[in-house]
Amino acid sequence: MAIVYETPKALLDVPTHYCPGCTHGVIHKLVAEVIDELGILDKTIAVAPVGCSILMYNYFACDAIEAAHGRAPATATGIKRTNPDKVVFTYQGDGDLAAIGMGEIVHAAARGENLTSIFVNNCIYGMTGGQMAPTTLPGQITETTPYGRDVKLAGYPIRVSELISTLTGACYVERVSVDTIPNLLKAKKAIKRAFENQIAGKGFSMIEVLSICPTNWGLSPRESMKWLRDNMMTYYPLGVKKNTTEEVK
Amino acid sequence: MAKVTFREDRCKGCKQCISVCPKNIITMSNKLNIKGHHPATVTADKMKDCIGCASCARMCPDCVITVEK
Amino acid sequence: MGEKVLMKGNEAIGEAAIRANCLAFFGYPITPQTEVAAFMSRMMPKIGRVFLQAESEVAAINMVYGAAGSGVRCMTSSSSPGISLMSEGISNIASAELPCVIVNIVRGGPGLGSIQPSQSDYFQATRGGGHGDYNMPVLAPASIQEMVDLVQDAFDMADIYRNPVMVMGDGMLGQMMEPVEFKDRTKRVLPVKNWAANGLNGRKTHNIIKSLFLEADILEKHNIHLQAKYEEITKNEVRYEIIDCEEACDLILVAYGTTSRICKNVVKWAKKEGLKVGLIRPITLWPFPIEAFEKTIDKTKYGYLSVEMSCGQMVEDVRLAVNGRKSVAFYGRSGGVVPHPTDILDKVKEIIGGVK
Repeated sequence: MAIVYETPKALLDVPTHYCPGCTHGVIHKLVAEVIDELGILDKTIAVAPVGCSILMYNYFACDAIEAAHGRAPATATGIKRTNPDKVVFTYQGDGDLAAIGMGEIVHAAARGENLTSIFVNNCIYGMTGGQMAPTTLPGQITETTPYGRDVKLAGYPIRVSELISTLTGACYVERVSVDTIPNLLKAKKAIKRAFENQIAGKGFSMIEVLSICPTNWGLSPRESMKWLRDNMMTYYPLGVKKNTTEEVK
Repeated sequence: MAKVTFREDRCKGCKQCISVCPKNIITMSNKLNIKGHHPATVTADKMKDCIGCASCARMCPDCVITVEK
Repeated sequence: MGEKVLMKGNEAIGEAAIRANCLAFFGYPITPQTEVAAFMSRMMPKIGRVFLQAESEVAAINMVYGAAGSGVRCMTSSSSPGISLMSEGISNIASAELPCVIVNIVRGGPGLGSIQPSQSDYFQATRGGGHGDYNMPVLAPASIQEMVDLVQDAFDMADIYRNPVMVMGDGMLGQMMEPVEFKDRTKRVLPVKNWAANGLNGRKTHNIIKSLFLEADILEKHNIHLQAKYEEITKNEVRYEIIDCEEACDLILVAYGTTSRICKNVVKWAKKEGLKVGLIRPITLWPFPIEAFEKTIDKTKYGYLSVEMSCGQMVEDVRLAVNGRKSVAFYGRSGGVVPHPTDILDKVKEIIGGVK
């Protein structure tokens, strides 16, 4: 019998601290599988965020730099500009990328930095115990919106993929999900595209992955996937938001 | 014929594998693993129905499952 | 070389960095140091090196962090409010033990302040600047020639100790022009950067650049390690100049940077009036040159006068070094106002005359 599926080589075979059912584990695997398939482990440098995935450098086998909160795109820029032959990717949650880090992601995309950005959107701040995120949905209950997000007080969630896609420097932006196997396979394809674009020098790619947070949503992992489908997908539609990678420049 | 192996001590009992198995052959074991979770498993009688699609392994956040075919 | 070139301070910083093989500059415009970025934007692309104007000082220091983390010699430059923005980044760089050079061309503060020269970032610089227990060497040139020498030294020091190093000037030094000679320098032995996160390249274990140590006892061990490094820097890298203290003095001035040049005049003018005034010029503000005070403590009748372009920051270090053995007085101007030698001399006379 041949092995059909096993742990990717780009991941260290260690248990993670993530909650049961947390999709960080799934997304880490997709990124690791892509790194394996493209054969780039030796020259990949990961830039880790502040958030639940702050310890991702303990799980990935490649070199890694822990960035300050929100600043991963700037740190990645510093690495990539001085090491253009390396593959540099950022991995950020919604607080890291869309709150404190909004300036850095916009400018990295605007500059067309030759980077791969993985954006894990679960509509909440996980690590600090479930506070409102820039992507929290109207009416969603969080620790800092105990009565549900009131748009009059807290405004509306940000559709980051759409926002980034308006920047000429961004060559590929897609929103995906890992709630079902077909969606997971599409997500992997998108992530692979985002890495291939960097290797081909095509510019800035960002993949937004709709994700769950069972612990802070107060739902089981399986219920959380349903909540994602019923609530997040309507506000954050899946699909390619920008693709200028085929254009002849 | 296909075979799935679960590293039971790594399982956190999230049941995502159960959600995606097209043949509904995954169940939660009665025993508790070292972390205090009921690990997912495929009992011997159900293994013959496994088609080796690896949906369970792909969806598992904790790299618990190896699939052979 | 022997050839002297007239250079503006800010541009000389850039030229010195290039000669020190700085491969990347990340910065942001802020008066009075924007010419550093402008100079680097012209020169770095010509020699195939990296220049990037970041979207903010916050982004700039984090770009430095990334490049330094991958083992590349790099720097940034800013002025007071921008350095405040960089503080978190500097703390991260120090904890992650990354080499880099940070230039601060100090302006009047606090807040947005003024664009004129000042020395009111002394506390921020010498006490680390950001949060946590850490230090960085702070080099304070008093001329453009010295600026050029210290910038080059700073890169080596950063590599040797795996630490950020600050070169602190002020708006006067940044803006003025003086003749500069780029001399041949003694090479220091630099360690190999096998800790850098620059891709496995066949390495068996991955390198992680981080400052997070969630277990308190492990973080304590890390802090003890950092402190041992700072002890070594304190032992090896102190620099200062002592002027006119061979004979007994009435009073010894303590001043650095631009203020020290003004004080050199005060020393001369005092001599003409029969007053014996010496000067200690710290060149490293951290580590502070305590030994300069040990050497002079018995030679000064009326103690020390710290002269600064601030409301009194270095004077605290002077008091610590003197440790109650002699009086320590302070004279300063703030807000970007540059002190006049006559005013300093008046203060000198007040101290000497008053005690008489």
